[in-house]
This record gives sequence, structure tokens and C-alpha cells, in this order.
Amino acid sequence: MAAALSTDSPPTVGLDVAAARADFPIFDARHDRRLVFLDTAASSQKPRAVLDAMTEYYETTHANVHRGVYDLAERATAMYEGARGTIGRFIGATSDREVLFTKNVTEAFNLIAHSWGRSNLRAGDAVLLTEMEHHANLVPWLMLAEERGIELRYLGVTDEGELDLSDLDAKLDGAKLLSFTAMSNVLGTLNPVRQLADAAHAAGAVVAVDGAQYVPHTTTDVAALGADLFAFTGHKMLGPTGIGVLWGREELLEAMPPFLGGGDMIRDVRLDGFTPNELPWKFEAGTPPIAEAVGLAAAVGELERYGMDAIRAHEQRVTGYAISSLQERFGDDFTVHGPRSIERRGGVLSFAFKAIHPHDISQVLNESGVCVRAGHHCAKPLMRRLGVGATARASFYVYNDTDDVDALADALDDAASMFAL
Amino acid sequence: MPGLEDLYREIILDHYRNPRNRGELDIPPAHRTEGFNPLCGDEIVVYVSVDDDDRVAEIKIGGQGCSISQSSASMMSAAVKGKTLDEARALTRAFKALMSIHETKLGGDGSGTDAPTPDPEVKLGDLEALQGVVKFPVRIKCATLSWNTLTQALDEVATAS
Ligand SMILES: Cc1ncc(COP(=O)(O)O)c(C=O)c1O
Repeated sequence: MAAALSTDSPPTVGLDVAAARADFPIFDARHDRRLVFLDTAASSQKPRAVLDAMTEYYETTHANVHRGVYDLAERATAMYEGARGTIGRFIGATSDREVLFTKNVTEAFNLIAHSWGRSNLRAGDAVLLTEMEHHANLVPWLMLAEERGIELRYLGVTDEGELDLSDLDAKLDGAKLLSFTAMSNVLGTLNPVRQLADAAHAAGAVVAVDGAQYVPHTTTDVAALGADLFAFTGHKMLGPTGIGVLWGREELLEAMPPFLGGGDMIRDVRLDGFTPNELPWKFEAGTPPIAEAVGLAAAVGELERYGMDAIRAHEQRVTGYAISSLQERFGDDFTVHGPRSIERRGGVLSFAFKAIHPHDISQVLNESGVCVRAGHHCAKPLMRRLGVGATARASFYVYNDTDDVDALADALDDAASMFAL
Repeated sequence: MPGLEDLYREIILDHYRNPRNRGELDIPPAHRTEGFNPLCGDEIVVYVSVDDDDRVAEIKIGGQGCSISQSSASMMSAAVKGKTLDEARALTRAFKALMSIHETKLGGDGSGTDAPTPDPEVKLGDLEALQGVVKFPVRIKCATLSWNTLTQALDEVATAS
């Protein structure tokens, strides 16, 4: 494995939110009011360490990677490949060959559908998805279904906002792939990844997991989760935009044809054909997101400094406080979509409030500097299942604390008085 | 920064709380058209029946959405009911001119990018209350949703007859 990770930071016990907040320039006092940022599920804020790492890379090291003979190019390559090692280790990968950089998790699923899907699925073959998927893990399959006539099946969602596993085995019967999210970006539901993976493997299906909402918030070990393919996105985990990761089991990736074609992904090009490069570069056509990889490795460093277990515990505390305090304050006027138990959910809280439309809630909250997302969260089939057009969604991270929840509650009072029907 | 009172004017909230012409019409004879705001999942259903004199004899609004899309639909239904098709179209152009400054820039589904020229004779009346929406660019699509849906409905009626 490449670049060594600094292991000399002290183990974290509990998360010091005030200290964490100070790591993020966006929370500086230069804003006209306190920023209550509750939209990490869409994209997280960036700590100074990430910004500095990227700036320093550009100021001291930048050159295109691979094939450069001069020092600068060699250093840039070492940093890029070192980042791959750091990020791979963070999710329990055992080889750099299994860690592919993509543009984001959406591109990773397009890669899976295009490369694995087209070489493994024929008309009539079934792919099992779930009703709670983000469009990133739906549309590439719908596109393939249109092109190839494959059959798409869906695990349903229970009234509690969990996956309905009652007909799991029946739906897996004959399926070639199970592709699902480890955590819902709408309901916060943590799905039983290992159980699903085991069931899929028993049925002979390959397992792809959307870790976009999972990796940023808890310890990830791809082997322990039982995934064959596992994707996530940098910008939701303190990293920059423009970079995502697809991890895959080596034999599987080895057997998959390239996705995008161009420079870097080839070993040889002739006028009558080409030979693809070896892993992981086979899947990295063109100049990769070098500074972004450096930034994402720095983000991983920050996450490890906070400690993933401490982050998970902290988010459980804040989420638990949010559910109980908002329900205490607003009673039945405040409804949570998704599981109530903080053991079974992450820090993403979709809610309905007094029949006020989520857009209007979000607009009024904005007046108090409270940022929540309103809309379908790129999960329209799930919205239909919930019987709503949209939800308001608050999500928590290392820089949020119970005071942010209180600010949210106060702002909800403002919305109530404005829209009282 | 524009204040909330620019957006949520009293008359808008009134139409939101007490929507006019809410409901359905039998199809046929009425015509039914659905409109979606892909950004926020709002959906509007417009039912219109056009009489032999080319007037909007009846209009009903269904669907769900935020206060802006709902109140705009309510105001629209009140404004075009009883109007001739030409008058309804002129009103639509005038309303979209009020909104188009930013909608054009935002792009999106292309349904609002035809920068209509308003007829100075057309009086928007209560609808002018929605002017403040322009200061909140992401909400413009909410305000124009029902109008785009109406335009589509009237076009469909015209081609059908
Ligand atoms: C569960 C899930 N999957 C996929 C995505 C798509 O991420 P990106 O836009 O970075 O590809 C998101 C976030 O938007 C998400 O929450």
C-alpha cells in the first residue's frame, strides 16, 4: 500500500463540537448571522485542512500524473496514488487495485451499469433494487432496462421506513445483481447491508452498495459488509466536489470492460484496436481529479482525527435530541419520516410540519440562517411511496450540535405563525 | 437581502389558505392537463372547459404544492375564468413577463424561456402581488407552474377541436 497514514493522533473520546466547528472557515464570524447548516446530506462543509491540502498541492506540486519523468510530475503522481491508498485503507480495502476514482457516486453507478451491466446482463435478466434508492442507483438501471430489456425488481419500504425483507428471497430468485443504499438519504434508515449481501450471494447475485450516506458517518469495512462493489462520493465526507470512489473486488473489476475510453486507461493503442491498462487505471480515462484526490485524503485524515465511532455516537446523540425535543415541542404537528430508533438510523431527518409545504418551511427557516433542504431529494419513487411530493430534511455532522436543533425549532415556530392555516 | 414579506404577501397567503376553484371537472367534456415542477416535485392539475364562444367556461385546480404554486394557481383560475381564450393567453403573457426576467436565466425545462412581450392593456390586478417572487429566483418556477400548465391545456384544447 502507498502513503503511510499518520497514526500518532490520540484516540478521540467524544466529539468536541466547538473545536470541530473552528476547523471550518465557513462558520467564521464574517457571516451576518450564525450559520445553522443542516444540509450535510446534500453536501458537507469543508475543513481548513482540506482546503489547505489542495492549495498546497497546487502551489507546490502540481503536474499531470503518470508517465512524467521530472520530479514534480513524480511527486504529483505519488500524492495522487498515496491518496488512493489512504482512502482505500479508510474503507478497509486491501489493495489499491480495487480503488477507482470517479467523478462522484453517480458516475460510479453509471460505470457499474455500463461496464458490469452490459457485459453480464441480457434481456430478461433481473436486477433487484429498492424503493428507497437515490436516482443515482435507479436511472442507470432504467436506462439499461430500456436498452437491454432487463427486468428491474424492487424491495419495498415498510411504513416504518425500513426495507421490506419479507419477500427478499423470492425477489432474489434468479436475480443477477442486488444494488441498494447502505443508508437512505431521505429516511436516514440504516439498511442491514451484511444480511442483504449474504442473501444475495446465496442466490448467486452480485452485490453493489451505495455508500454515499454511510461512509461519511460511520466506520466502513467493505469486506465485513460483504459488498462486491461499493461506491461513495467525496463531497459529503468533508472532501471536495468532483471526486467519488468505486471500490470493487479485484476479480470482478478485472473481468469488467473499461467504461470511458481515452488517455491513461490504455496499455497500448493501435489504429485497429487498444489494450486496456491494468487496474485501477483501466477505469480512469483522462486526467484524473488529482487535487480532489489530495483533498479527499486530507478529509479522511480529519475524519480519522475526529474518530468515526465518535462521529457516529455524536450524530446519534444530536439526532435523538432532535427527534425527542421537536416532538415534545410540536406534538403531532411534527412527524418524522423513517425509523425513530437512533440505532437504526443515521443523522438524516426528513420531517413534515403542520401541513406546511417543505419549500415554505425551508424559505422561512432561511430567514434565521437555518439551512435545510426541501424537495424530493432525488428519490422520487420513495416520495410516491411516502405519499408526499416533497419533504423537509435536516441532516447533522461533526459541526452540528443540539443548539442547531434548538435554532431549527425556533425557526419552525416562525413558519407556524406565518402559515397557520 | 429581500425580506420574506416581499414573497409571502397577505393576498398570496389568503389564496393559499382559501384556494379558489379547487376541485375537478368531468372529462370529457372538460380537458385535463398535468404540470410538474421537476425541482420540487410540485404538481398541478388544470381542468378547463371551453364553451362555443371560445371562453374559459369552467376551470378547476388539483394537485399539491407550496404556497407560491398553490396561490398562483388559485389567482390564475380566478383571473381567467369567463375570459376568452385570447384574453387568457394575453394574461398569461403578461404574467410570464412579470416573472420571466429570471426564469429565462434559470433555464430548466424550457417551458418559460420564450420571453413573452406583454400587452400594456392587460391588467394583472391581484396577480401583481406575486411580483416579489422574482427576488427569490428558485421560486419563480413555482409561480409559473400553473400558467405553463394552463397554456398547455389551452393548446391541447385548440388542437383537439
Ligand atoms: C444515497 C445517495 N446516493 C447518491 C447520491 C449522489 O451523489 P453525487 O451527486 O455526489 O453523485 C447521493 C447524494 O446526492 C445520495 O445521498
